[in-house]
Parts: sequence; C-alpha cells; structure tokens
Amino acid sequence: MSNITDLKLVELVDKIKKKELSSAEVTIAFIERSKKSKKLNAYISENYENAIKNAKIFDQKPDFKKKLPGIPIAVKDLFCSKNIRTTAGSKILENFVPTYESTVTQNILDEGGIIIGKLNCDEFAMGSSNETSYFGNVQNPVSENLVPGGSSGGSSSALAAKLTPATIGTDTGGSIRQPASFTGTVGLKPTYGSCSRYGIVAFASSLDQAGPMTHDVKDCSLMLEIMSTYDTKDSTSVEFKRESYLNNLNENIKEKKIGIPKEYRVDGMPKEIDELWEKGIKIIKENGGKIVEISLPNTNYALPTYYIVAPAEASSNLARYDGVKYGFRSKGENLIDMYEKTRSEGFGDEVKRRIMIGTYVLSSGYYDAYYLKAQKVRRLIKNDFDEAYKKVDAILTPSTPSSAFKIGEKLNDPVSMYLNDIFTVPINLAGLPAISIPAGHDKKGYPLGLQVIGKAFDEQSILNIAFALEKNISFKNNITDWWIK
Amino acid sequence: MSKNNGEYLITRNDNKYEVIIGLEVHAQVLSESKLFSTSSTKFGSEPNTQVSLVDAAFPGMLPVINEHCIKQAIKTGIGLKAKINKRSIFDRKNYFYADLPQGYQISQYKNPIVGEGSVTLDMPNGEKNIRIERLHLEQDAGKSIHDIDPQNTLVDLNRSGVALMEIVSKPDLRSLDEVNAYIKKLRSIMRYLGTCDGNMQEGSLRADVNVSVRKKGDKKLGTRCEIKNVNSIKFMQMAIDFEANRQVDVIEEGGSIDQETRLFDTKKNETRSMRSKEDAHDYRYFPDPDLLPLELNDNYIDKIKKDIPELPDEKKKRFIEKFKLSPYEANILVSDIEISKYFEDVSKNSDVKLATNWITGELFALLNENNIDITESPISSKNLSKLINLIKDGTISGKIAKSVFEIMRDGDKDPITIVEEKGLKQQSDPKELENIINKVISENPENVEAYKSGKDKLFGFFVGQVMKTSGGKANPKLVNEILKKKLN
Repeated sequence: MSNITDLKLVELVDKIKKKELSSAEVTIAFIERSKKSKKLNAYISENYENAIKNAKIFDQKPDFKKKLPGIPIAVKDLFCSKNIRTTAGSKILENFVPTYESTVTQNILDEGGIIIGKLNCDEFAMGSSNETSYFGNVQNPVSENLVPGGSSGGSSSALAAKLTPATIGTDTGGSIRQPASFTGTVGLKPTYGSCSRYGIVAFASSLDQAGPMTHDVKDCSLMLEIMSTYDTKDSTSVEFKRESYLNNLNENIKEKKIGIPKEYRVDGMPKEIDELWEKGIKIIKENGGKIVEISLPNTNYALPTYYIVAPAEASSNLARYDGVKYGFRSKGENLIDMYEKTRSEGFGDEVKRRIMIGTYVLSSGYYDAYYLKAQKVRRLIKNDFDEAYKKVDAILTPSTPSSAFKIGEKLNDPVSMYLNDIFTVPINLAGLPAISIPAGHDKKGYPLGLQVIGKAFDEQSILNIAFALEKNISFKNNITDWWIK
Repeated sequence: MSKNNGEYLITRNDNKYEVIIGLEVHAQVLSESKLFSTSSTKFGSEPNTQVSLVDAAFPGMLPVINEHCIKQAIKTGIGLKAKINKRSIFDRKNYFYADLPQGYQISQYKNPIVGEGSVTLDMPNGEKNIRIERLHLEQDAGKSIHDIDPQNTLVDLNRSGVALMEIVSKPDLRSLDEVNAYIKKLRSIMRYLGTCDGNMQEGSLRADVNVSVRKKGDKKLGTRCEIKNVNSIKFMQMAIDFEANRQVDVIEEGGSIDQETRLFDTKKNETRSMRSKEDAHDYRYFPDPDLLPLELNDNYIDKIKKDIPELPDEKKKRFIEKFKLSPYEANILVSDIEISKYFEDVSKNSDVKLATNWITGELFALLNENNIDITESPISSKNLSKLINLIKDGTISGKIAKSVFEIMRDGDKDPITIVEEKGLKQQSDPKELENIINKVISENPENVEAYKSGKDKLFGFFVGQVMKTSGGKANPKLVNEILKKKLN
C-alpha cells in the first residue's frame, strides 16, 4: 500500500470504514509526518498525544456511520478549541486556552474527527503570506522560502505537505482561496451565513467565513457538508437547505452558463494566468457549458472598500484584547498605561496598522466619507453580482493575480501585498460562495488556481463546476519533501 | 428660588431665569436573562457569578438577542404612546474601560426601536405633557469597585450585558416637581407593564440629567450641561437646583456656559465638571456586524399591543367614570399598580366610596407608619372588604370598625370573627335602643328641658350618651331616628 499520508480524505474514510486502516494507524501516520516537518513551521500547537489517545478510543468502539470516522485533522489556529491553546497567531493570545469549542470544530468532532493540532496563520488572519504571525513564517512545501499564502498559510502548507488529510481555514478577503491557490490545493469560501462564526476569533465580522481546504473537490464537498450547519449561537447564521454536497457531486455542466467578467483582466497580469483562464474557458465549452461575457463594473472599488470595511470592524473586534480579562498583560502605571503597553507589545505591526486605519475611518468627521461610503459601494458591488446572476449560473476567474512569492518579498510593501486579494475580495464583500482549484503552474513551477464564484447558497453548483474542471485539468502538485531530511 | 403658581424660577438682580430640564432615564429591563446572553440578571449575587463567555467578551463569542427584552421595549414604547420602529439597528459604541469587556457597548444610536411619544403628568394646576424623543435598548456595563483594595480596582461583571432601556425626554420639564412627577409616572407605567421594576435602590432606574437656563421670556434654549448617572429623585432635584443656580451665577457674572458633562457629588451637594465638549469621547459608532438589523412586522407589534394591560391614565379615567371618584382620589389609587390592584380587589366585593376612604386613610397610615409597601400590607384586600361590608350592612359602626382594624393588623384576622368574638356587633334592635334612649332621657331631665326650649345643639349630647351606654355598639342611624321621635 502507498503511504497513508498520500491518501485523500474520502479514501481514508473509506479505508477506515472497510477496516483496512484503523484510526490510530492513520492518526499516527499524519503525526509522524508532522513531526518530521517542523521546518515548515505549519503548527502553532500540537495535540499529538491526546489525538493518538482519542484515535485509540475510537478504534475500541468505532462508529462507522460518522462522516469522519477517527480521521485526524489539524485546524487553523483561529478556531477556538476546548482545552487546546488558541492563539490567532498573536502574542496577545499566546497562552490562551479556551474552555469552549467553536461550532465548526465541534461539528468536526461530532462526526468523529480528531484534532491533531492548531495551524499557523497571519496574526488575527490579517495578512496574505503568513508573515504577520507572531509564531513565525510558514514555508510553502512547493519550494523553500516561498510563502504559503495567507492568512490560512499554516493550513495550506500542512495540507499540501500532507501533514493533515484536510483542514479548515477562514476567509475574510481571500484567506482560504489564495493560500489554496499558492499551494496547489482546493479551498472553498462558503456563502456568508453558511458556517457558524461562533468560537472563531473574529477579524471582520461581516466578511469572515470558515471553509474547507482539501486535496480535491470530493474531499471539499465532504468537509463542507460537515462544517456547514445552522447555528442559533451566531445571529448571522442562515437557515437554508444544506445539500448533501458529496452525494450530489457530479461533473455534468451541460447548459450551465458561466460568466467571464471582463474587469478581471487586469493590467500586468502574468501571461500564464491569462492562459490558465483560457484553459478553464475551453474546458467548460468542451463539456457543454456556455460561456457568457459579463461585466462587474464596480470591481475596481472592491479593494479600497474592503480596506475600509475590514479594518473598521477589526478595530472594534480587537478592542477586547486589553489585558484585563485574559491573554497577555503588560504592567502599567494605571489603567490607560496598562492598555497602551499591553496592546503595543501584544499586537504586531500589521494588526496595529489595521486597527489605526479602522479607528480612523470610523472617527467622527470621517465616518461618512469612508465607512458609510464604503458600505454604499459594497452594496453596488453586490448589485453587480445580482445583475450578472440574472444571466449566468456561476462565474469563472483566476484565483490570484500571481503565483506564490518569496518570503520577505512584499513584507514592506503593504499595498502590493493587499493587491494579492484583488480577485477574492469582491466575493467576500458580496457574501457569495467561491472555490479555488489548482489549474496549472507558472514557468517557475508554482501552482496557480482558478476561482469559481456561485450564487448565494448554491455551493453545490460551484462544487460541480470545479469537479468538472478538476477532471479535465488533472493537476499534479510537484512536491518533493525537500524539508524532510 | 421663588415659586409662583408652581413656576420654578431663579431670581438674580431682578432677572428671572427659567430652568429647562431633559432627562435620559436608564431603566433596567425586567428580564431573567441579559440582553445578548443567557446569564441571570438577579440582583445582589456574589461578584462575577453571573457572567457568561459572551458577557466577558471571550474570543469568538457572539451576541444573540434576547427576544423577551425586545418585547419589553416594545411594550414600554406602547405605554409611552410612542411610535414603534419596524426597523432598528444595534450599533457599537466604542470606548475602553475595565468594566466594559468588549471594548464597546452595544446600543442603538441612529435607529432606536421606539420613536417619539409622550407622558402625561398630573400637576396641581392641571395636566402637562412631556414629549418623549426616543427609547432605545443597550447593554449595561460592569461595575468598577475602587474602595475595597487600596492598590487595585476590582471589576464585577454581573451587570455587564444587562438590558437597559434609555428613555430620552425632550427638554420639556420646567421644575423639580415636574421632574419628580415625571420619574414617578415613568416608573408607574413600566411597573404596570411589568417592563421595569423601578427599584431605584438597586439601580434599576437612573438618569442623566440635562440642565440649561434662560431668561424668562427668551425663546432660544441656553447651553446645557449633562449631569451623569443620578440614582434618586431627591439627588436629581438637588443636582438640578445646584446646577441651575450655578449656571445663573455664571451668566449673571457675564460669563457663558460651556457644554460639558458633570458629576453630582451627593456628599458635597454640588456638580463638578467631568469632561468638556472638546474632551468628549469619539465613540466611533457603527452598526454591530454581529447582529442583523431588527425587523418587526405589524403582526408582531399588534400581538404585543393586545397584551398591554390598562395603564394609569386609562385606569384613572375609568375610576372617575365608573366609581365616581374625584380626580385626586383616582390619581392616588392608580399611581402604583399594586395599590390599584388592592383597591380593585377591595372594591370588587364592597362599597367603592368606603373602600377609597379606608385605603387612602387607615391603610395608608398603617403602611406609612411601618414604612412598608402595599404588597406587604398586614391586612389583606379580602379582609378589608369584609370589614367594609360589616360597616355597610350596619353590623358595626365606623367607629367600631376602627378598633376592629387595629386588631386585624396583627395576623390579618377575619373581621367577622373579631366582631363575633368581641361581641362588637352593632345594636340595631329598635326595642333595645329605645330602652337605652328612655334611660338616657330619664336620667337627664334638665337637658331634655333645655333641648325642648330650643337648644338644638344638645341633640349631639343625647346621641353621645346613648353610644356611651351601648359601649359604642348602638346603630347611630337608628339612634338618631328614635331620639328625634322621642325628643320632638
């Protein structure tokens, strides 16, 4: 048999159900590989011992009706996990151990999943390269000194390096899709309101969504099915009929109308990405889908809008980290002094930058010019999609305007870093579902992704389209285990 | 200060100043659990025992609206004859403080749940309407305690997240008496509705007081100062009186009033500047993205309207019309829901006029004497109505009733039993009364003579003698009748 860690999620589930593998065997295999992969710095916290114990408990009384029977899984360290340290990649939560479980991770546990560790991420999910983490850079297994994307960089790295059979991330402006694209993996951001935000360390509440990151579309469907539940503990959770995404998965895209937004052909985009997009269009046509040129006229305003709305919400969401109740506290002369020192020392530069931007745009006298206007533009961006969906079933775009870049390359150029999210951000602003699937490589051999954007709550359609694309593309990740001696 | 025809004016150097007052009342919503969490709101528990992860703002915790509090706010809005807004929005009011775990208070800023309404005050010179600007829902903060530990400030989060209704009046109040009447009326309405217990000792009702002054006759409002968080009517009145006089002094000395927030020092009886307008916090209000706008439909509001009980104004009207009470009596009886309930219980089974007199007279005196609430009354409404019936049907006289009442206050004893046991039943047998009267007449021939010769006043003497002889039990009405026959 090939390596256990080479198996995909659905294959592992199948083998455990057929008793060809035990949960302990699978769990130990991923943990052993994780231990050998410290160089990637994908983990912030390990839960190996407990995980193995839990796997053995599962094996003693296996319940094969579960959708993740004894499957080990490492998760982004933005999900609060009971009795497992949860840091959000920040010094301010360096020693924070929740007494509660996020709804999404609880759903995974309820289906038999076993948490083997917490994965690195940009601090409070603010970043596109995992370089803002207090716990250090993460290596992209594709190549040394390459960023894995962000903010779910630990997740994408661990998944691509096969340290976990699947993982979960959060996506506020592209934090699942961009790292998936950078590592040759699949990442889906569900419709806003699909996955509960309860127990996820908040970045920008009106944009944050949890979603699956997997090796292929099948695995992605299974994970989404588990993660997505209506939750009364999250007032923005939406009650809608959630499909049996895996069962309903099929590659038939005949007569599906796929929109190609002309505004996504941005200047200076690498030729390879254009070619990749053309390849996607060709596959759709060959499989009976219809290509429709569409316009999303306000696309240009998405990034500035995002960089007003997200920091505004973040500046308020992060006010609770004040040293009073939990987390890091610095000594101060008085309350104000304690606040200032705690927050100056506890937060990293990117987080502070966004808190300042957010505070500024909400300030009296600036609110109307920035925050209020941004909300109006956000509405226009959403209207663009509503218009488009009168003509098409889904939209196809590249996932990112470039492939992964070197560690340190963009660290001192925030604007260039922010531009990375240009294709993903509008989707968060509109609250729509979108999936990134690996579709090819650039000339350096780095993976590139295509993004399929769907109608609200129509995850099934984008999974099906992605499934069809995946079959025809047959992408292969060239990962050489360079980090394992 | 001078008071002419109920007018509250401050006089300095022949200038008369009018005082303009507006109140922002914070009323704690009567609710088992908090506005956005399921923690208990019980008063007086051990510090930090009623704090959920949401109240303490742990990472990833989200507010979920308590529907009961929404209903309470709507009810109160209806009680204030106000417009219920079908769409309201919860905003975040951002500021840092140790007893504010989230770093923001969830409140309603631009779009409150309740819009304009009004409250009617019964003042000695007639009714006065006070306009309500709005009512909105918000979270209470925790409590910072500075005087237990000399080195540290301690924080109790039991109150953190408790639902408050902020009821904002227009600047329509003009005197300390009106402030008193306004707070009492608000309290009464909310207690009728069961939306706030109005307990000021426990902090369930507090107010920020806005005060400005202007020369009598001026149309333009003066610059106002806001006195924060005053927790009794007496303190409100003291604070207003001090602040209004302070402002008048400033103006009279040629100065001008700065818009500022002030604190009332109850020990020194003065207000002090807390922060000026320039130092005012920038709260960076914005809609809370964790909560969707609150949308209500007509059906929902109508259903709540159907459950609204009779409120003080309507009850007063009914008491006057149905029971022929005077407006004064009606006001007293409707001022508190528990009093009105007691009154209605008594009057349901006995004479209304007697019930009114006995409750506002003997019973209130008894309650005052013991400094207790009507709900703690030692005499139940059931037994008071029995007592009144004994008077009404002539079993006992009013005078005897008073002594029965005295016995009843110990252990709420049934007046019928008392009358029987003590043999206090009124003598209403004409023959027996005639015997007594005959005896009195024969024993006082001189007075009889004097009466007959025109000294009418002596009639009272005979009644008195008869009552005395009967041990107070003689039926006074019959005694009168028989005496008249005998003497004339």
